[in-house]
Amino acid sequence: MSEASSNGYKSGSRLERVLRAGHFAVTGELGPPQGAEANVIREKAKLLKGLVDAVNITDNQTAIVRMSSIGAGTLLVQEGLEPIIQMTCRDRNRLAIQSDLLGAYALGMRNLLCLTGDHQSFGNHPTAKNVHDIDSIQLVKMVVDMRDKACFQCGDEIKETPPRFFVGAAANPFGDPFEFRPYRLAKKVKAGADFIQTQLIYNVERFAKFMEKVRELGLHQQVYILAGVGPVKSPGMARYMRDQVAGLDVPDEIVDRMTRATDGIDESDKKGRRDAWRNEGIQITIDLIQQIREIEGVVGVHIMAIEWEEAIRPIVEGAGLLPRPEPA
Amino acid sequence: MIVAEQKPLEEIKSLIADAEKVLVVGCGTCVTVCFAGGEKEAGILASSLRMSTKLDGAPKEVTQVTVQRQCEWEYIDAIKDQINDVDIVVSLGCGIGVQAIAERYPKAVVVPGLNTSFLGLPTEQGVWEERCVACGECILGLTGGICPIARCAKQLLNGPCGGSQNGVCEINPDTPCAWQLIYDKLASQNRLHLIMDIQPPKNWSTSRDGGPRKITREDLRLAAEASE
Ligand code: SF4
Ligand code: SF4
Repeated sequence: MSEASSNGYKSGSRLERVLRAGHFAVTGELGPPQGAEANVIREKAKLLKGLVDAVNITDNQTAIVRMSSIGAGTLLVQEGLEPIIQMTCRDRNRLAIQSDLLGAYALGMRNLLCLTGDHQSFGNHPTAKNVHDIDSIQLVKMVVDMRDKACFQCGDEIKETPPRFFVGAAANPFGDPFEFRPYRLAKKVKAGADFIQTQLIYNVERFAKFMEKVRELGLHQQVYILAGVGPVKSPGMARYMRDQVAGLDVPDEIVDRMTRATDGIDESDKKGRRDAWRNEGIQITIDLIQQIREIEGVVGVHIMAIEWEEAIRPIVEGAGLLPRPEPA
Repeated sequence: MIVAEQKPLEEIKSLIADAEKVLVVGCGTCVTVCFAGGEKEAGILASSLRMSTKLDGAPKEVTQVTVQRQCEWEYIDAIKDQINDVDIVVSLGCGIGVQAIAERYPKAVVVPGLNTSFLGLPTEQGVWEERCVACGECILGLTGGICPIARCAKQLLNGPCGGSQNGVCEINPDTPCAWQLIYDKLASQNRLHLIMDIQPPKNWSTSRDGGPRKITREDLRLAAEASE
């Protein structure tokens, strides 16, 4: 029996141990470069070290080609950080996913987030063929079976060292149909998901309603739920996210707060305005974390500050989440 | 039905550039109904090609004929003389019609005049929508009669994805989210239990992924032999 299963852990990852010990978990996110430069990852790793329990590494996010999640994750492991490998169903069929995950596990990766993936029409290769051989719920089930039943999707036994991942899935409380979202989460739990990271939350009231239903279904006792938050950099970005991004719910209040942040600062003071916006974006995120923490069933936050990794420290610090625990 | 669209005239002209005698062959079935390759369209294309090549200073001799169905041997056998009389055939059938003529007349040069688009239906005057991709194992019984393989941009069996909002798909505000449609339909029929269970990975071997498909019906073959 492997080490992880003999001590009762599914994977023994740091994230799993933090959550099991009952600490409020913090995860971050890192977008790999659109090139092969390892130092980009090393530099970003420095900005996150000691601030988060684990770091999501996106998988060709928004369908733009980037360094692979597993490749970047390997660099992160070398830097002493724990990656959460993101895997979408858009670019790989069941053979490729399973073989990549065997490799990822051999390279030291222990956390996995299973996603459907943004449609390729959003990205830089809109003429590509997509795969979608399996969907994200089937993916969860497949990797849980690889771990718990030591078998491949086809049923064949994994004779030597089945990969033992701590398996996550995403949930969008703001997608439609709103009433079905908790039930879709239930399907992910039934498939065997260990943890959930949600879409960015700006509308806490609506998220609380979602969580009410989640508790009613008893899901919060079966899966660790990490709420997604992220700072906006400017009123323009807040408006764009409010009006243009499918699956996001940004209330006017957030846009207003960002707009008011520069009250009294002269138009010509570009740097002053930029700093004021950024400070307000960070403060809003801290406030959201405080509110979300109070919701029963939320056991951590997932902070998405892609291409603004510097914001993680003031957010985690401001929310009183430092120092990060060192679980046994 | 099979829905198709005519290729741009310039593309068709470049396909027939080397020929002098051209035969445009229309088809009287699906592509007639979707106004892409029926008798009327064959006539218009033939005269456009005549006029256009004349204006270019290199007039071609373009004739046309329309058969009831380009995808059955007996109908295309009937136009043997016309086909053998030209340098090139522009088929206004779907991809199946083009290949049927090419297969039946090994010496004939056959080019497509249409882009065969999808299996669908006219939802209103002048609008056609895709409904099926012939996956070979129909699951409409589980999804309220709405196909997620053909109509969900990600072919999800356990949808909807996080991008579904206000009833439309993340890829395009003109595209309804198939899973919203499925949810609404099943909710209205009190049959939501059908999508509460996890659908296992689909067997795609019955689809194109299993290689070119073929159906053989022994009962029909035996009956045919008996009557010979
Ligand atoms: S499930 Fe398959 S056969 Fe049925 S409508 Fe969809 S694509 Fe066609
Ligand atoms: S929005 Fe709906 S139709 Fe579009 S990909 Fe997602 S589930 Fe499929």
